Amino acid sequence: MSETLTKIVVDCSTGEQTIVPLTAEEIAQREADATAYAEAKAIADAEAAAKATAKASAISKLGALGLSDAEIAALTA
Amino acid sequence: MAITLISTVSVGAGGASSIDFNSIPGTYTDLLLEISVRSSSTTDSMGIRFNSNGSSYSMRRLIGLGSGTPFSDAPSQPTIYVGDYPGTGQTANTFGNFQVYMPNYSGSTYKSVSVDAVSENNATAAVQGLAAGLWSNTSAITSISLLRIDGASPSIAQYSTASLYGVTKGSSGGVTVA
Repeated sequence: MSETLTKIVVDCSTGEQTIVPLTAEEIAQREADATAYAEAKAIADAEAAAKATAKASAISKLGALGLSDAEIAALTA
Repeated sequence: MAITLISTVSVGAGGASSIDFNSIPGTYTDLLLEISVRSSSTTDSMGIRFNSNGSSYSMRRLIGLGSGTPFSDAPSQPTIYVGDYPGTGQTANTFGNFQVYMPNYSGSTYKSVSVDAVSENNATAAVQGLAAGLWSNTSAITSISLLRIDGASPSIAQYSTASLYGVTKGSSGGVTVA
C-alpha cells in the first residue's frame, strides 16, 4: 500500500491548521513539475559541460601555439 | 517597524509533503518567513511558490560549500529556491534554517524575494546560500507553499517549523523612509 501524501494547510485569517491529503491533480502536477525541471536541468548541465570542454580545448591549443601558462591565464581570466 | 507573527507551523509525527500558508492578509508592508526544516528522506533543496502558480520565477543564488567549489547560478525552476536542508545522510537532529523576506507583497508590481540559508551538518559537507528571486506577476501574494525546489513533494520531517510574520513600517515609533 502506498503512503498517503499530506500537506499542512494554514488559514492565516483564522489561524486554523489542517492536515489534508494531496489530491490526484496536485500529485500529478508536482510530478509533472519535477519532470520538467529535470529535463531543463539536464539541458543546462549539458550546455555547461560543453562550454567547459570547449574552454579546455581552447587552452590546450593556445599552449600548442607557444603561449605560456601566464599568458593563457591572462587571456582566460 | 513592527513584526507580527501571523502563524507558525510545527510538523507532527507523520511528516508533511508541503506546508501551505493560505488567506494571508494584505494588511502588512512586507512578509518574513522563518523556516527550520529537516528531510525524512535524503538531503534536498526547498522552494516556495506563490498563489499556487508554478511559473514566472527567476533567481540568482550564491552557494558556499563545506567541501567543493562555491558557485553561483541562475536555475530555472517552478519555485524560488530558499535553501538546502539535511536528511538521512547528514548528522541526526540537524536542520536547514532559512530566512525569506518578501517586500511589498500585496502591491501590484512584480514580487522580489531575498533569502539567506544554512544547512546544518556536523561534517565537512554543509551548505550556505544567498539568493535573490523574482516572481514576475503583479498579483498580491495571498498564499505561500513550501515545496521541493523542482515543485515536487518534499519529505518534511517531524519537528520542522515554519513561521510567517507580517512586517509593518513605522508602526512602533521607528523611522519610516518614504
